[in-house]
Amino acid sequence: MSEHTLSSKMYYGIWIALMILTVVTARIAFVDLGPFNTVVALVIATCKALLVVLFFMHVKYASEKLTKMVIVASIFWLLLLLLLSLADYGTRYARHG
Amino acid sequence: MATAVITPERENYLNQEYGIRSWLLTVDHKRIALLYLISITFFFFIGGFFALLIRLELLTPAGDLVQADTYNKLFTMHGMVMVFFFLIPSIPAVLGNFLVPLMIGAKDLAFPRINLLSWYLYIIAGVMMLHCIVTGGVDTGWTFYTPFSTAFSNTKVVEAGLSIFVAGFSSILTGLNFVVTIHRMRAPGMTWSRLPLFIWAHYATSIIQLLGTPVLAITLVLVVFERVFHLGIFDPTRGGDPLLFQHLFWFYSHPAVYIMILPAMGVVAEIVPCFSRKRIFGYKAIALSSIAIAVFGFLVWAHHMFVAGMSLYSALIFSALSYLVAVPSAIKVFNWTATMYKGSISFSTPMLYAFGFIGLFTMGGLTGLFLAALGIDVHVTDTYFVIAHFHYIMVGGAVMGYLGGMHFWWPKISGRLYPEWLGKFAALIVFLGFNLTFFPQFILGYMGMPRRYWQYPPEFQVLNVLSTAGSTILAVGYVLPMVYFLWSMRYGKLADDNPWGAAGLEWQTTSPPPTFNFDKEPEVTWEAYNYDQIPDPAAEEVPVER
Amino acid sequence: MSDSPVALENHGQHGPELRHHFATAQQQRDAASLGMWLFLGTEIMFFGGMFLAYLIYRLWYFNEFAAGSRSLDIKLGTVNTIVLICSSLTVALGVRAAQMGKRKLLVVLLILTLIFGLAFLGIKGVEWYAKYKEHHIPGASFDASDLIRDYPQIHIDPSHEQIYFSLYFAMTGLHALHMIIGIGIFSYLLYHAAKGRYTPEYYTPIDLGGLYWHFVDVVWIYLFPLLYLIDRKPLG
Repeated sequence: MSEHTLSSKMYYGIWIALMILTVVTARIAFVDLGPFNTVVALVIATCKALLVVLFFMHVKYASEKLTKMVIVASIFWLLLLLLLSLADYGTRYARHG
Repeated sequence: MATAVITPERENYLNQEYGIRSWLLTVDHKRIALLYLISITFFFFIGGFFALLIRLELLTPAGDLVQADTYNKLFTMHGMVMVFFFLIPSIPAVLGNFLVPLMIGAKDLAFPRINLLSWYLYIIAGVMMLHCIVTGGVDTGWTFYTPFSTAFSNTKVVEAGLSIFVAGFSSILTGLNFVVTIHRMRAPGMTWSRLPLFIWAHYATSIIQLLGTPVLAITLVLVVFERVFHLGIFDPTRGGDPLLFQHLFWFYSHPAVYIMILPAMGVVAEIVPCFSRKRIFGYKAIALSSIAIAVFGFLVWAHHMFVAGMSLYSALIFSALSYLVAVPSAIKVFNWTATMYKGSISFSTPMLYAFGFIGLFTMGGLTGLFLAALGIDVHVTDTYFVIAHFHYIMVGGAVMGYLGGMHFWWPKISGRLYPEWLGKFAALIVFLGFNLTFFPQFILGYMGMPRRYWQYPPEFQVLNVLSTAGSTILAVGYVLPMVYFLWSMRYGKLADDNPWGAAGLEWQTTSPPPTFNFDKEPEVTWEAYNYDQIPDPAAEEVPVER
Repeated sequence: MSDSPVALENHGQHGPELRHHFATAQQQRDAASLGMWLFLGTEIMFFGGMFLAYLIYRLWYFNEFAAGSRSLDIKLGTVNTIVLICSSLTVALGVRAAQMGKRKLLVVLLILTLIFGLAFLGIKGVEWYAKYKEHHIPGASFDASDLIRDYPQIHIDPSHEQIYFSLYFAMTGLHALHMIIGIGIFSYLLYHAAKGRYTPEYYTPIDLGGLYWHFVDVVWIYLFPLLYLIDRKPLG
């Protein structure tokens, strides 16, 4: 929670950026980038998420490191769940269709 | 003599308001702690009842007391009730709720109404579970393994799953309250390095509750969906992976065991210095080891799945990580022992429980290392060795920690002293009953007796009979404290502010405390465990009763 | 309870919203904020479990996931994404309005937010209805033969296809449930905002409600590419 008021222009700017990125991600899905389609889609999604978190949710202006730590820790824990599970799924031998 | 003088009773949180509404609508963390105390004690005896039925059946090799399906329900209900309705809430919801604000010098938790909500969620979950039990119960094991739970079991899986979902929400809210309270509500001068280790333990526990329980919640939701809509996510005949369920389930349920043990370790860290009249040895190491256990505890879950069908490569990784998680626990045991070295030891009831905890937890923990070794695990997994292992930690550890804490803080909670000789006697009974119940199970498991079987080969009978005998002694040991605590509330000697001469802010206020905990906001200028400055009530003529 | 000496010290120096176990309004605000962020952290893990299931089955059954993804209406999905982004804008502007004490503006922005939220749910309902007509809802009536027919180049196993749609409905369903809760929360906020409850000194509920709404938006920001854009490459 920030104490100072942010300009509405900033919010409109972020909004425009989010709209552009949405259109981009939808259009680029139709372009054949091989295996990179997924990567590009996730990168764009992460950019959009960062814009919302940093600016709409005021994390960029947060007075305390604690807020950022909570976010980072939660994402880190989610990645723990995903990546350590992949340690199993990535190394099994059975083939699936 | 206090009993001859008529002293008007001071206003405290117990007598400030009377009537059922003042209890059911309270937002006082101390009253909520007592509400939890009554509820979890109730469920402890329900879970214990199932345990006694299990032990009765296992007196004889033949399956002659109940049918196999019923036996499956017995161990399932025992596990579900004990884990979710007793062990997980016990210390945090009773002792944590009562003590966290007092220990940090606050008037209440950060969110008192959410605290009350968390108790109501627990009650709703409990009613759902009771309904599930009386209408037939569940037979899947507390582990809900798929596809049996999703496709084949004919029991009330959905209701049990939803009940635990609600109980999980209760647990999450408690954890959330503690984290915010510890960050935001510490009294002036109460820096992080002056916090009692009980607080560090509950902080670490709360992190686990916040990060782990939601995964259990979504897992149960998926099981319910699968069962109701016949989805196939966990059904191997339709492309689903039963191991996906197990990964999701154990991602929570392994850290859950640290939810169950960390608070007990926090209790021990308060009891040992007090009855050694010494500052705790290695404060920083113990505090950081609590955080380390919370973090490392999330890295080891698949050691429950070594033989379930996951890849050997990942089994190796999880095995190695499981050895890592034992290190911070060992650090704690060394530090508690070092605290006692050259201390002035008194064998009070809380200290007896602390001794029991240290010894039995160590045994349980070391047998965990046996299980973490792949080569050994292949032989003893799903045998009574595992059952003995986790009961040593859960019962020999967590329950003894809980009982030790209840005895230690009983004067603060109730304003009364329990009869000390009875306390020591019951502690001894618990210790003897516990070991007689569970030590034979190590041997049984090593000899090959499988778990969750309702009949067994005759050569295992002698050890089973010993185990059942132990369980009846243990039951007596558990009933005794309930009786004399209740007795003490009416007839017990009145307690002084600090009958044990213990360090900590909670002992700086009256027994029982006033509703807002302190008459004046405390300001802390001393380090934790300043036993060099506190007189030993056993050594001097410090009045214990008033 | 208000007779305790500590409580009496604080009276007259604070507004009615200060709860007595807090020493200052700032402490109360900081506690509320931390509490909400921790709650959002738990929500990340709650959705996260389904992300794991999605990850594994997408790796195993890419063909079926691709086919299922193509059967979703990308236009409606994109429109819904834009609707949610617009709602996040109105929420952010609403928090700002509350911060500046502009009550009428706050009320207008809250109403707009609710309209966007309801629009999202309406469009989602349209999409789900389409899935119902196509027999793509998992269960007894599930039928993937249309996809098998439309994509002869790839092998589609109906059971695996059903797993995709199970996850589609579970994930969008859970998200929609969070949207419904959000609409409930914002209706409550609208009611109190109209009554003038929120001032520059006290607008915590608006702030916290906003954080929740933005979080639900972020979840959708990930669900959109993961469910709708798995493989839209032109078919050879």
